[in-house]
Order: sequence, then C-alpha cells, then structure tokens
Amino acid sequence: MTTDGSVRRSTGDLNGPLGVLDSATGSPTGVVLSVSDAVVAPAGPAVVAKDPAPRLAVEVTALVKRYPKSPVNAVDGLSFAVRRGEIFGLLGPNGAGKTTTVGVLTTRVLPTSGTARVAGLDVVRDAVAVRARLGVVPQRVNLDRSLTTRNNLVFHAAYHGLSRADRTARADELLDRMGLADKAKVSVDQLSGGQSQRLMIARALMHRPEVLFLDEPSTGLDPQARLFVHDRVRALREEGVTVVLTTHDMDEAAKLSDRVGIVDHGRMLTVDTPGRLVRSLPGSATLEVTVRGSDVPAVVLVAALAELPGVERVEQVGAPDPAAPDGAGGPDGDEPGGGSSGGAGGPGPDGGGARLRVYVAAEPAALVGPVVSVLAARDASVSDLSIGVPSLEDVFIHLTGRDLR
Amino acid sequence: MTVPSTAGPVGSPSPAEPLAPAAPPCSSGRVFLAVLSRDVHVTGKELVAFLAQTLIQPFFFLFIFVKVLSNAGFVTTGYGAIMLPGLLALNAFFGGLQAVAFPLVLDFAWTREIEDRLLAPMPIPLVAVEKMVYGALRGLAASLLMVPIGLLVLPSVSWPVGGLAPALLCTVLGAVLGGTMGLAIGTLVPPRRINVLFAVIFAPLMFTGSVQFPWLALSSERWFQVLCAANPLTYVSEGIRAALVPSVPHLPFGLCVAVSVLAIVALAWVGIRGFMRRALD
Repeated sequence: MTTDGSVRRSTGDLNGPLGVLDSATGSPTGVVLSVSDAVVAPAGPAVVAKDPAPRLAVEVTALVKRYPKSPVNAVDGLSFAVRRGEIFGLLGPNGAGKTTTVGVLTTRVLPTSGTARVAGLDVVRDAVAVRARLGVVPQRVNLDRSLTTRNNLVFHAAYHGLSRADRTARADELLDRMGLADKAKVSVDQLSGGQSQRLMIARALMHRPEVLFLDEPSTGLDPQARLFVHDRVRALREEGVTVVLTTHDMDEAAKLSDRVGIVDHGRMLTVDTPGRLVRSLPGSATLEVTVRGSDVPAVVLVAALAELPGVERVEQVGAPDPAAPDGAGGPDGDEPGGGSSGGAGGPGPDGGGARLRVYVAAEPAALVGPVVSVLAARDASVSDLSIGVPSLEDVFIHLTGRDLR
Repeated sequence: MTVPSTAGPVGSPSPAEPLAPAAPPCSSGRVFLAVLSRDVHVTGKELVAFLAQTLIQPFFFLFIFVKVLSNAGFVTTGYGAIMLPGLLALNAFFGGLQAVAFPLVLDFAWTREIEDRLLAPMPIPLVAVEKMVYGALRGLAASLLMVPIGLLVLPSVSWPVGGLAPALLCTVLGAVLGGTMGLAIGTLVPPRRINVLFAVIFAPLMFTGSVQFPWLALSSERWFQVLCAANPLTYVSEGIRAALVPSVPHLPFGLCVAVSVLAIVALAWVGIRGFMRRALD
C-alpha cells in the first residue's frame, strides 16, 4: 500500500484548546500531518483494493454503525484492512468506536452500512462461518462460571465441533502454555484477573481461529501478566494467526503491532507501522539544552539556533528572562497559543541561564555538535543536554487531541 | 428484526476464498447438542439444588392443602385427585420457566457468560431454541419426579392407564410452554426489574393457572375465570386433569392441546425476537 494521504484532524478539534505542548516532547498538537501509506476514510476502499498481493484477514469498507437513539455514528465510515498473519493494533480514545468495530467484526454488532469481511467472508451474510474462523478475547471477563477452568476450554471446543479427543488434548496443551495447568480443576471464580485473562486467550485459541480479536488485552493486569500476554500474542504471529488488538496502551501497541490504525470519532485517522508513524511526526524529535553563564539574551540564542540547518524551530522553556516575548515559537509559527507558558514559573533568579528546546527534523544526535558550537560561540556554556525521541503516544495525541473524553 | 444469516455451509460463496483450509465443517445440529450438553452438565453438577428447587414447594402444597387440611376436615378427601394433576402441570411449567428466565436475565445483564455460546458457529436463534429445549427438559424432569412423591403422599389416587399418554403429552407441552415463556420473560424483563419478577409475574401465573382448582368450577367468579383463561398454564392443568381424572368437569382435551401449542408458538416468537435483540446490537 503506497497511497499518499494527508491526515487531518477534524475541524472541531483544530478549534479546540490547542497550542498546548505535549509534556514529554513538546510536540505541538493540532497540526496537519502528512503520512504516507495511510488509509484515510472514506477513501479506504480504493486503497484496500489496490493491494492484491497479500491476502487480507480483515477488510472493513466504509463501515457505519449508528445505535438506535444515538445522535451520532459510533463508527462513521471506517475503512481499513489487516493482512494475513499480521498483528494489527486498533488505537483510539475511549468511545472512538474501537469496541463497536470489533463487535461488528465478531458478528455481534450489526452494521448500519458498509461491509466487513473476516477471513474473506462477510460478517453479516456468512456470520456462522465467520464465527468458526475467529476467536475473541473480550474486554470483560465472561468465562462460564458454572464450569471449571478446564471445562471452559473443553465446552468451547465442543461448541466449535472439535472431536472429543482433540478437545481434551488441546485443552491440556493450552492450559500448559498459559501457565494454568495447576488450575485445571478449580472453578473460574477462583482465578485472579491475570489468570482469567489467560484462560480467555486459551479459550479463544481452542478452535484454532484464523483471526484473533483481543479487546484491551492487558487492561488491569500486573506487569508480569502483561508481559506474559505479550509473549503469547507474539508467539501467535509465529503460528500465522492474525491478531487484531484494540488498546489505548501506547507502549503495548508499539511493542506488539506490525501496524497500527488510529481511530477517533468512528473514523480511521491513519494506518502505518508504529515506527513510520512516529517518524512522520514533524519536528517531534527534540534536543533540550540548558545553558549557563551567558549574558546574551535567550532570544538571541533562540534565533541563532533556529538558523541551523535541520532545526525546525526553537523555543525557550522555563526561561528566567522576563524580557522574552511571548511565544519564542519558531519560524513555522504554527502554534497559536505559543509554547512558552511554562516560562511563567521559570527557574531561579540567578539570571544568565536558559532552557531551550530545539525541534529537529532529522536525527537529533547529529545536531548535538552544531548546537553546542553555536551556543559556545555566544559564550553560553551547555550544562545539560538531552535528546527527546517521540513515541506513538505523541502521534496519538497529535491526531486525537488532548481533550478528555 | 434482522436475523443474522443462517446461510450456507462453512465456506459458502464469497468473492475471496477463505484464508486457510476450512476447519472441519460442523453442522449446526452438532453445535446445538454441544450447547445443550453444557446446560445438562451444569444441571448435573447442581443436582441437589435442582431437586430442591423442583420438589420442595410442590411437596408442601400437597402436604398442607391435601393432607393437613383434609385430615382437619376443611377440605374434602377428593381434592387431592384434583390438585395433583395441577401440580404436575405447575412443575412442568415453572420448572421450564425458571430454568430459562433467571439465568438469562443475569447472563445478558451482568455475567455475559452466554457470549461464548453466541460466538459458536450456529445461527443465534438456535441458541435461543436451545434455551427453550433445555427449559423444557428441566420442566419435564421436574414434573415426572413429582409423580412418585404425589402418589406417596396421596396413596388413594389412581389414574386410568389410557390417560397416561395424553397426560404425558400435556406435560411435555407444559414444559415447552414454560421454557418458551422463560425465554420471553428472560429477554423482556429489564435487569433492574428482576426483583419484581416474583410478585408481578410468577405469583399471578401460579394462581391463575387452574392448578389448584378446575377451571369450570370458577363459574361463580366470572372475572377470575376470564383471567385464568388468559393464562396458558390453565390449558396444561386442565389437559392433564382431563386425562387423569376425567370424572372432574374439565375443558375439552383437544382445546387444551390446541391452545397450548398456539401459546408455545406465540411465546417462542416473542422470546426469540427478544433474544435476538439482546444478543445483537
């Protein structure tokens, strides 16, 4: 898929209280971002159709879901595709439409319009056949509490038509793999949160699904359990199982997913590998420099640094200089609110020091030397320097805004 | 109400062929039996609870109304013969109803345990049908278990052999009726209202079902007779009574069977619709 698309946040968001800097990297929000290889709804179908080579495990085309009595569409023209054998992360804020989308794909929610196919089969028309090919690990524990741990697996396998011998053998194998062998005979009421989650994963795998849907797989798990789940998910990829996971845990998405799609307001904002999404974020890699002992006003340093090739813009953060005008914003000036509000409570009165944040377009390490020499030439000695690398979270916030849902 | 496609065998026609070799195709019938076996398995695990739920209440009904009150002279001795067929109907009906209604309300509202079965590869209406069938099996068992207890408490009761088969037919219909009504109630009653289920639905059903009296004996209470005529349980009770104690004035057997069947069809329709509404968004 090599369709260039520009991804734009909805106008409503652009008008929101922006100009706020991301605390970690200072990446501005509310900027138009150009992303290659993006599937942008509703142009999705064309994008999907262009890619005949890898067979698709999931195809969603112009999907719309409006619940009765709801004024807005929960899913609003969503399109994306998941390749066979891939781990696909569906990211989005609460209420973005992720769970509804998974509901449609798992045949539990009827779409209002559009189509969705899983393993090549239409989820509405061939719902029964689709159910045979997918596994679901839901967000909330829905284990059968009338059954033991092992029987949860055995009966699930029976529902899916596995032979008696296959059922028991596979149940034992999966209990073992999920570290639940010693819990086989206990009631599922006695399982901890992490054990329940693992059992639900085991259950979803019993009938050897082609596509596994994991809805918020590690919400509420302790770090050990989360790592275990992550290992299992990666192991599934080795076995060729396609995994679609929804999450708003950015680290999890970045770690596990081959590609992620970011959804908001029921629409797909962008789809790409985590790495490319992060790299596509303009000027989000930063160098943060603290200088001391300079009589030169910080604005002069800012201006000098901004001249350097590869620097997108420079701003002063936490500057003690009261003369500094509002918004030391860089040349691109696309930041309506100015980013230097942090300066209000600026550090000590010792004067002659400043903290500067340099936004770079390229590899930040390559600019360390030039930055230091520019500052040294102006008698400002660097007392601290750190490199800030953007994360998927920055991309996420960049695309979906900072408003609480 | 859109019912999801029950279409086609696994790997039914589609532009893109399935990714991997299809899993061994399993018929909906086999899946249905697997889901039913789950419910039977769980009942087997809770056998004592099942027996208690099934037998304690009707036993006290019999014991107090027939044994105690007739020994004390408040009730005529023939009353037991009228009451016992009614209790067989009651057990079949409520055995089926309770096995379905309560778990379903809880399932859809809180535990969501049924989701795994809704994701089984069979049409979702069949999951609803399974619930009804399971309820009917429980109701039938509850009713048949009542027979030896009844005959033990009331040794004087005797039934014509020729009436056994028609009585069994009505018992089966009563059990199926209970299962279907359980499905309808379980999917229509909002979870928040589950506490009024007993007062508003169960108690009226129990006392307007001609269980404790022959329907024709109500002619002096016309309004109540009309009310009882609206309760499908009346036709089950009257049908069993017609078969087992034909000497007591009763509604025609054919009418009882016909109304029971009609009620089953109507309630099944309502119940399956309600089930689909709960199962699919």
